[in-house]
Amino acid sequence: MAVVKARRKAIVDKNACVACGCCVKVCPRGAISVFKGVYAAVDIGKCIGCGKCKTACPASVIGIGEVQA
Amino acid sequence: MKRHWYDYLWIASALYLILGFFNIMFAWLGMLCFMIPLLIAVFGKSKAYCNRYCGRGQLFQLLGGKLKLSRNSEIPRFIKSKTFRYGFLIFFLAMFISMLFNTYLVFAGRELSHKVTLLWTFKLPWHWACHGTVFAPWVVQFAYGFYSIMLTSTLLGVVTMLLFKPRSWCVYCPMGTMTQLICKARNRKELN
Repeated sequence: MAVVKARRKAIVDKNACVACGCCVKVCPRGAISVFKGVYAAVDIGKCIGCGKCKTACPASVIGIGEVQA
Repeated sequence: MKRHWYDYLWIASALYLILGFFNIMFAWLGMLCFMIPLLIAVFGKSKAYCNRYCGRGQLFQLLGGKLKLSRNSEIPRFIKSKTFRYGFLIFFLAMFISMLFNTYLVFAGRELSHKVTLLWTFKLPWHWACHGTVFAPWVVQFAYGFYSIMLTSTLLGVVTMLLFKPRSWCVYCPMGTMTQLICKARNRKELN
């Protein structure tokens, strides 16, 4: 049986995102980008769950939670 | 992180507000902040303006972040609701059309009013920023009207910067809401 590790990652509420890009500017790993000018998308492979984007987000639509990766 | 030339556009935004105190005709430059984001959204299908170039956003980030003037607390839920964001966009556009109508009235012969209207209500004397008669009265009227919009939105942005997070203005910025809607429409195939 494969071992499934749960890791802490940034999770964006896409529907409420205003696509301002504040999160992109603060991400130390370049793991977040604004997809097609509509919402912020997290690259789960790169995200280390540091929470900088969560702090920066003016709309507070980013959370840090366990994601199976 | 590497700094780019566009990370200094906050200087242009600050300069714009200052110049309006000396010569109102500089207000016309604000058209760039209206046209560039729309052009990028329509033809570039992105919000690169908000994401990279918006000097106002950078200015708020500087004041609220670096200078620590922001309380850094969560914005009230209703401000980020779609109803408020779209409602504010409609209100803003209505006020913009009203400003254009005032410009037309001066074009049609009404006397030019040397006032800057703050928060769509308070008329501030601003006659010192108008020099000479090189420009037609309606051109000057538009400058006053446009500067009023820019100063009002900056004021709202400063208040929400202080109360909530530095770039809270971005949450309900009419240009941001409009460009996001354009991007949604222009990229609907990729988004589904």
